[in-house]
Amino acid sequence: MNFMASTQPENRLLGPQSDSQRTLYPYVTGTSVVALKYKDGILMAADMGGSYGSTLRYKSVERMKPIGKHSLLGASGEISDFQEILRYLDELILYDNMWDDGNSLGPKEVHNYLTRVMYNRRNKFNPLWNSLVLGGVKNGQKYLGMVNMIGVNFEDNHVATGFGNHLARPILRQEWHENLSFEDGVRLLEKCMRVLLYRDRSAVNKLQIAKITEEGVTISQPYSLKTYWEFSAFKNPTQGAVGSW
Amino acid sequence: MSSIGTGYDLSVTTFSPDGRVFQIEYAAKAVDNSGTVIGIKCKDGIVMGVEKLITSKMMLPGSNRRIHSVHRHSGMAVAGLAADGRQIVARAKSEATNYESVYGEAIPIKELAQRVASYVHLCTLYWWLRPFGCGVILGGYDRDGPQLYMVEPSGISYRYFGAAIGKGKQAAKTEIEKLKLSELTCREGVIEVAKIIYKVHDEAKDKAFELEMSWVCDESKQQHQKVPDDLLEEAKVAARAALEEMDAD
Repeated sequence: MNFMASTQPENRLLGPQSDSQRTLYPYVTGTSVVALKYKDGILMAADMGGSYGSTLRYKSVERMKPIGKHSLLGASGEISDFQEILRYLDELILYDNMWDDGNSLGPKEVHNYLTRVMYNRRNKFNPLWNSLVLGGVKNGQKYLGMVNMIGVNFEDNHVATGFGNHLARPILRQEWHENLSFEDGVRLLEKCMRVLLYRDRSAVNKLQIAKITEEGVTISQPYSLKTYWEFSAFKNPTQGAVGSW
Repeated sequence: MSSIGTGYDLSVTTFSPDGRVFQIEYAAKAVDNSGTVIGIKCKDGIVMGVEKLITSKMMLPGSNRRIHSVHRHSGMAVAGLAADGRQIVARAKSEATNYESVYGEAIPIKELAQRVASYVHLCTLYWWLRPFGCGVILGGYDRDGPQLYMVEPSGISYRYFGAAIGKGKQAAKTEIEKLKLSELTCREGVIEVAKIIYKVHDEAKDKAFELEMSWVCDESKQQHQKVPDDLLEEAKVAARAALEEMDAD
């Protein structure tokens, strides 16, 4: 054992034993989640990939889960931290149900709870390495929010995590409008997911689209997008690029 | 059965010469003075009902819940000192969530009953703790089907088809024995429990009461919940009608 264990470093964050007690880097990660509000509720899309660094190791990871009666949670980032968050939320919903008083936690409340958890973990330098998308409908009110590992949280008509922020949000800013129909919403999400599939190296072509309305949650069966690789720019990608081979 | 245990009843750690622990028996008396609590095991689930005696007209109906959910699949109806009951329920909830976090599945009802009984028994072993002044009927649905347990202040716990505690327990037990439980569905069971509670309620001694009922059954998707309002109304109407029929004789 460690003979110098009697004097532990005062700041537990510095010192040999401290590093095994906090998250330093993620290991198995999920990539972007994209979500938007539509006429009846929220639509969310995420692929089913779990990457181990640059290896696309797990191809059937469900990164969207229903929470209670009114919410849907999608996560990108470290998958094991997502599973831990699901356990916290499970306990939260269980205690809420046990009151049996006709009330239940809505998406706004769940989002706030998650924000507190993420921010407090960040303050202890032991983050849950995720970017979370929380969407839901309660009493006719649609809600869509996001919170990430440093505790930044906000609410908007359309959100995305990771690469989705750079590739999908510009598309959504142009083409999103109030009261999208279900078909239009799915088409828009698929457009975003297709761009991500072409350009994000950790994307896999197996995705699910989830919908949450006042009636409840439906998560689609996994399916793949049709891709087109005959674009002339793909044929000879380095033409004109100086120094490329 | 009420004997004065002069000198041997001062502490829960004292046996009497005839082998009784009087403090525990006195604790059971606290349970006997409370409103009746019934539980029955039907074909497809458990139904529990409580005769909540209303002490003041100011009390809001629906408050002072006597039946609590312990986990998704189980619930507990409490008779006796309400505050003691809250402690037992809190402990049961904690045992249930602890089991789930360690073993990854919902706590089997048998295991939950054992843990609750151990806890109640624990408080009968030390002179600086007093026994719980409440009895508990625990009903749940796990993969072995619906199960009903009763835990007494002594820490004894048995599994039952039908159980009753509180003021009208003798009369209630007689009524329960008349029922053919293996053929009753929970829907029918709810009506029967309401009828029994209305029947054993003593109009002379206690004035008003509120009926609280819960169930865990296939219809509730094996989740413990309050009996839905429409079925509860139906049960109350049927119970009142049955009472009037009896009075008419």
